Amino acid sequence: MADYPKLNADGTKSDPGGRRVAIVAGVRTPFTKQGTALAPLPARDLGKVVVSELLQRTGLDPGNIEQVVYGQVIPAPMAPNIAREVVLGAGLPASVDAYSVSRACATSYQTTANLAESIMYGGISCGISGGAESASDVPITLSKPLAWALLQASKTRGLGRRLAAFKKVRMGDIVPEPPALREPSSDYSMGEAAEKMARENGINRGSQDEFAHRSHVNAGKNWAEGFFEGQVMCVFVPEEYQAACNDNLVRPDSNLEKYARLKPVFDRRYGTVTAGNSSPLTDGASALLLMREDRARAEGLAPLGFIKSYAFAAIDPNWQMLMGPSFATPVALDRAGLTLADMDVIDMHEAFAAQVLSNTQAFESSRFAREKLNRSHPIGTIDWERFNISGGSISLGHPFAATGARQILQTLKELKRRNGQWGLCTACAAGGLGAAMVLESS
Amino acid sequence: MADGIFQLEPRAEGVTVIWMDDTSASVNTLKEEMIAEFDELISALEQDTENRTLVFASAKPGNFIVGANLDMIRRIERAEAARALAETAQAMHDRIEKLRPVTVAAIHGPCLGGGLEFALAFDARVASTDPATRLGLPEVQLGLLPAGGGTQRLPARIGTAAALEAILTGRRWSAERAYRAGLVDEAVPRELLIKAAIRCAGDIHKGRSRRRWGTRFQRFGNWLLSGNALGRKLLFDQAARRTFVKTRGNYPAAEKIIEVIRTGLEQGTSQGLAAEAAAFGDLVVSPESRQLVNIFFATNSLKNENGIDDPGIKPAAVKKVGVLGAGLMGAGIAYATIDRAQIPVRLKDKDRAGLGRGLAYINKLLSARLGRRSLTPLQREHILARVTPTTDYSGFENCTVVIEAVYENLELKQQMLREVENTGGQAPIFASNTSAIPIGNIADAGGHPERVIGMHYFSPVEKMPLLEVVVTDNTAPWVVATCVALGRKQGKTVIVVHDGPGFFTTRTLGPYMSEAAHLLSEGVAIDRVDEALLNFGFAIGPMALLDEVGIDVGNKVARTLFEAFGDRMKPVDSMQGLVDDQRLGKKNKKGLYLYGHTSKSRPRKADSTVYELLNVEPNNMMAHGVIAERCVLQLVNEAAHCLGEGILKSSRDGDIGAVFGLGFPPFLGGPFRYLDACGCAAIRARLEALAEQYGERFTPAPVIKQDKKFYN
Repeated sequence: MADYPKLNADGTKSDPGGRRVAIVAGVRTPFTKQGTALAPLPARDLGKVVVSELLQRTGLDPGNIEQVVYGQVIPAPMAPNIAREVVLGAGLPASVDAYSVSRACATSYQTTANLAESIMYGGISCGISGGAESASDVPITLSKPLAWALLQASKTRGLGRRLAAFKKVRMGDIVPEPPALREPSSDYSMGEAAEKMARENGINRGSQDEFAHRSHVNAGKNWAEGFFEGQVMCVFVPEEYQAACNDNLVRPDSNLEKYARLKPVFDRRYGTVTAGNSSPLTDGASALLLMREDRARAEGLAPLGFIKSYAFAAIDPNWQMLMGPSFATPVALDRAGLTLADMDVIDMHEAFAAQVLSNTQAFESSRFAREKLNRSHPIGTIDWERFNISGGSISLGHPFAATGARQILQTLKELKRRNGQWGLCTACAAGGLGAAMVLESS
Repeated sequence: MADGIFQLEPRAEGVTVIWMDDTSASVNTLKEEMIAEFDELISALEQDTENRTLVFASAKPGNFIVGANLDMIRRIERAEAARALAETAQAMHDRIEKLRPVTVAAIHGPCLGGGLEFALAFDARVASTDPATRLGLPEVQLGLLPAGGGTQRLPARIGTAAALEAILTGRRWSAERAYRAGLVDEAVPRELLIKAAIRCAGDIHKGRSRRRWGTRFQRFGNWLLSGNALGRKLLFDQAARRTFVKTRGNYPAAEKIIEVIRTGLEQGTSQGLAAEAAAFGDLVVSPESRQLVNIFFATNSLKNENGIDDPGIKPAAVKKVGVLGAGLMGAGIAYATIDRAQIPVRLKDKDRAGLGRGLAYINKLLSARLGRRSLTPLQREHILARVTPTTDYSGFENCTVVIEAVYENLELKQQMLREVENTGGQAPIFASNTSAIPIGNIADAGGHPERVIGMHYFSPVEKMPLLEVVVTDNTAPWVVATCVALGRKQGKTVIVVHDGPGFFTTRTLGPYMSEAAHLLSEGVAIDRVDEALLNFGFAIGPMALLDEVGIDVGNKVARTLFEAFGDRMKPVDSMQGLVDDQRLGKKNKKGLYLYGHTSKSRPRKADSTVYELLNVEPNNMMAHGVIAERCVLQLVNEAAHCLGEGILKSSRDGDIGAVFGLGFPPFLGGPFRYLDACGCAAIRARLEALAEQYGERFTPAPVIKQDKKFYN
């Protein structure tokens, strides 16, 4: 199939036979609640264990890996280039190139896309993408006046002068600042954005709770059926080396009535977004092994599937920040030459039930297509038998940078299970960003 | 001197670097033939009026001076000759110390024994921080003492207590450790070595005081202990007592070291040097030192062998090792592989909790080294990253070698073999860490007997130096070579033996332990048996050892050997009684000794309820010598059986296996050296007498009846 016109350095296109970008294997750590099983491991260590395990499972000699593109969203001041930390700590040769990417919740879409582009360009033929996040290991920052005073004090000598540097520091400045899920470029935090979308799109509390409940039931059922075995590794957490093998946020015995009892978090009076219908703060990591198809076959490795197309989109975060999937999806589908109806499996990142339902509503809306996308037809009708069927970010958890690769792996496995051909993964991200990727099962 | 071992390189005005290079060998050692050249060099330097600074360095890329040449030591026949050699070295070092220019030794690579004594004669020492750099006086490990003034100069440099410890243990220090102790004046990166040495000399010229060891407080402490008669008595009595607890008088070198250092301190350096030379003379010709030197050479010769007759067979490159079972053995094997051999390990256990315990054990071993500062946190992280845990066979497809360390059960081990052969890809080498099950029986279950082998490690793996590689008639030569090379990379001394029940080590240990059980059922007290063998020179008594390995395990091995060899190995019934009483040893804190709150200083007490159980009246009547003889002769006789039956390829392998695997007293050199020393005829006579008294288990092995010498 001549999918990929390979662009040579001189701009000519060459025969792409056997040059598809194959996803050969993938694995993730269990996704665990902030402060629980994986809490002692910083993101870079989660990345190391997952990449190391991925290599072990494929049986590929580490010397074959040419590049690692990896990501992390919560900044780690001690390790600015997590990808390189992962290479040097996971037993890969020091000669393996590595760089880090951050694209909020769509980070491992980007790491995967970057790697795919390098493979299509011909620069490399084998690499690892993915992302890791530790919500348990967040940098606590000092207030500006205190940080400035400390810096000044370190540059002077003598007790008197050092003390003088602290003159302008007030009582309130001493309190450290925990990171917030908001950005300087937007008026809204994530939760507030979700609340705004629920309001403007008329997504009521009941349907949000119902969606979250469905996510947990699906995830629980699939864990029980063993669907996640082979996707999720056991992590032995030092110093006790207790095994963490399961996602611990899934509630298989989810009870819809209990959702109604929770108080809204972001708008306590009129709000509908609760801890129950939002994705939780989560620790975890994921990794994918990407190879050019012919290279994989030469190594005797059978691909899980192929990357057919992808697209990224950006919208004004002060409008409806988390509508990215509705903008990225039609572009990715067009590039693949396919329609939503062709998709056998769809996995939309569940940041908030309100965000998912806003997007599914938009997918089906002619008006949205006309006004926002400048298209005559809506993106397509949601077939709930194919949409987020084995659990999503609300139930499985959402370690920001790890989620994209989790979706890709889970979708490819789901395609295999259903004997389907085409899959769609899509996600919203902070800053009004969106990502979508069309996958083909092998 | 242009083509001699020394090259003089004038650097700046008044600065000369002297390079040493013994071109006849890959390492610099001190040899008798060099005396003339040393003498010539020192005489020239004594006449020299131009140089203000002399730096001495090795032109070898990887070593300074690794010590006195052992071939030379081995050839010395008379005590007087050894003493004269020591006096020559002492005189030479004295002359170096008295040289007018400032002298600095620039040390990179091993600087051991005579090499360090030589360096101690210089005004200052600068060492490279390279991991190859090691400083120490390890003579005691060969039953000798430093005889080039080391027993006198080291206490002066680093304090008496520290020097005693260093010389009695023979410990090798890194440059950083040596710097902290005050042994070297500066530790710098290798590239800066000569520059730093010249600068160090410059500082001395300017009258800047050299680095002195210790803090003022520590030096005061040193005076308290060795600067006055009372403190000295305390220090040396303590050292003597502690040493005797360890050596039980079997290692004369240790006592002489204490004596000689004390003489120097109390009667002055010249008396000390005289005592040092005299002691060296006696020790060189002592049987203990001779045997220890024999072991040293035997171990070295093993390092150059690939484990098979054809030296052309090359080992396969081991890219990954699979380990089955994360218990103490499995975790220990994994540790040796990721640490010493630096090879990735896939560690499998069917049980997650067990897998976690195995990883925690490896982490604990590494963390302990972190505490001793012999490892950095980053190094630990890199070592730990080499082991990945799994509960299935994922990641086994590309293992070169899979070592199983699961429970001692034939069916289970056979099942492991079948599973490993079915993981896909090319079948790896399958090595069993069984201690007694014949490898051939395991191999029968699989389709690739040429790839099945035994790799018998000893517990605890991280401490025990021996690996017994067990080869069947079907094992392919390249497989043997690969496993021998792997074991050596893991830091083990490797012997290769032929397959058979209990191989060599377990089979010889069996009758030894069994005899101890016989003694117990005859009413000899538990601790008396152990005491007798500790006095004989074993590091641990058979009763305590039985508690360590587990009485049930010991009993099982005994029954296996009985089945294989018949009445000769008939176990004592009492063992089964102990197992039936759920007396398993240390693991369930109920054995031959009492467990519970114990202190390190006091030895464990024997559990007197054992006697009731066995219905014997314990007594302390039997002489230590009689007890030891019965046990040791069982071991020696069985070793002779192994040699006669071709389980052992050589007496050397048997000696190394017994010393490093079974704790046979090193100063006796091993069972075959022991036979040679006592004479086969004498041992045969003793065995026959014992056979008369106790039955056929003492019947001499055919090899002993041949009345031969095992070594020339």
